[in-house]
Amino acid sequence: MLIKQLSVFIENKPGRMSEITETLCKNRIDIRALSIADTTDYGILRLIVNKPEEALEALKQDGITVSLTNVIAIAIPDVTGGLDKAVKALSSQGIEIEYMYAFLNPKSQSAFVILRVEDNEKAIASLQAGGIEILKSEDIYAI
Amino acid sequence: MENNCFQPEIECADLKTLRKVQSDRLVSMVKRCYEKIPFYHQKFDEMGIKPEYIKSIDDLSKLPFTYKTDLRDTYPFGLFAVPKEELIRVHASSGTTGKQTVVGYTKYDIEIWSDSVARAIAAAGGTKEDLVHVAYGYGLFTGGLGIHYGAERLGATALPVSSGNTARQIQIFQDYESDILCCTPSYAAYLGETCRDMGIDTKELPLRAGIFGAEAWSEGMRENIEKLLNIKAYDIYGLSEIAGPGVAYECCEQNGMHVCEDYFYPEIIDSDTGEVLPDGQQGELVFTCIAKEALPLVRYRTKDICSLSHEKCSCGRTLVKMMKPQGRTDDMLVIRGVNVFPSQIEYVLTKLGMEPNYLIVVDRVNNHDTLEVQVEMTANTFSDSVKVINKLESKIASELKTTLNIAAKVVLVEPKTLARSEGKAKRVLDNRKL
Repeated sequence: MLIKQLSVFIENKPGRMSEITETLCKNRIDIRALSIADTTDYGILRLIVNKPEEALEALKQDGITVSLTNVIAIAIPDVTGGLDKAVKALSSQGIEIEYMYAFLNPKSQSAFVILRVEDNEKAIASLQAGGIEILKSEDIYAI
Repeated sequence: MENNCFQPEIECADLKTLRKVQSDRLVSMVKRCYEKIPFYHQKFDEMGIKPEYIKSIDDLSKLPFTYKTDLRDTYPFGLFAVPKEELIRVHASSGTTGKQTVVGYTKYDIEIWSDSVARAIAAAGGTKEDLVHVAYGYGLFTGGLGIHYGAERLGATALPVSSGNTARQIQIFQDYESDILCCTPSYAAYLGETCRDMGIDTKELPLRAGIFGAEAWSEGMRENIEKLLNIKAYDIYGLSEIAGPGVAYECCEQNGMHVCEDYFYPEIIDSDTGEVLPDGQQGELVFTCIAKEALPLVRYRTKDICSLSHEKCSCGRTLVKMMKPQGRTDDMLVIRGVNVFPSQIEYVLTKLGMEPNYLIVVDRVNNHDTLEVQVEMTANTFSDSVKVINKLESKIASELKTTLNIAAKVVLVEPKTLARSEGKAKRVLDNRKL
């Protein structure tokens, strides 16, 4: 039920981002979604890719600080109030969202949302109870 | 016997006895310097000092300082006080910062140096029964032969393995059953890591103590070595100009090193004014080789920064203690009036379990000094959460504040972007225009 997200440490300096994209390109890894958390001195790049384990090794090989994080991916219908329903399913159970980001799936009428929470199991149960569709890794990697 | 003294009559002597020995030796040394070494003859004359003005150790501060450059300027044998037939050994410093400095020893000089090292080995619990594994390099460097002669002097068995060939060192630990290891602290850590990687349980080895010196090391490193090799790790201090390792050594307290002050008299001075500082105050360490024949240096400036303590030591020794050097006058930074040494930052990082790879950036903004410490992010401290990384940053910052007494901004940088510690790593970037 969980999706593997790559988290990469990037210093705020020109050219850092391209080092990462170059490694991914060289290893024929496709990016499905990304988001960046930035602070004044550094950023954390979060990536969903088609081959997370391979990407992890390739990035490590190139001396990049990277780790794998388990995140939840959900699908929500592209209608008004879709996201609200999902978020309420979590907040009603007192679950905090550390961070989240979303992208549209060109092949369906739904949006995919990546969620990072403290307790994945509890969050999945709450989402399922709220009627939210939880995505499997194949759904994401194979887009 | 807890204190393990090799020469208790002097190591535990009362102050009066010790001062008498020191005074007699200084008086005779000053006379020899004046008569036998043209450099000192001229210097004393210039300052209007006659040897007879020096009557006791209390007159020491009347004498001029000797600097490393004086040894270089008189390279190789210019400061020797004895003719060649009296020399039995010559050593030299590595000369990484310029021309080598050459030091000579008479038979007596080797004896007192060996005494000093024997005291150090005994203080670390060494006895005649022990195999002293010497993994310092043998050669012009004083480490190998210095420890070797000290081990023999004690009556222990010297094992002259010398440095390098790590696999063989470990084989010898296992087969010969070395009891005490002597080498640089970084090599000790490397030996420990190699044992671990080879799957050798160091608890099974008879090795029980280590005496490490010749380079700066932190308390964090001590803990690391003690854990890796399952031993007690003792610090030893020395420099070739004064003798070599053994000038000062740690006892069972593992808190400061007793100086062989009956041979090498220490002072702490303000490195700018030359004024002698009281106990407990940090300053530059200066030695006078009151007992040496071949190279009797007067008030030699070591450039090492530390303090002295005459407080009673639980081991029973009365010899003054020098605290672990905090750094060198050449790498000390004064930031907002506070003395800061790179070694303190290293201490904080190793204490927090991080790699000691850092860069200190000092600047002056609106007449205010700023201190930034760049630290490499490592795989085991990295997190996908900004909150966790911020917490790490503030933890480092608060530890730095506690240790340095001034606030530092911590900036985490990517791994391998700062110079490695091999060779002469650049640790400080001072952008202030003073």
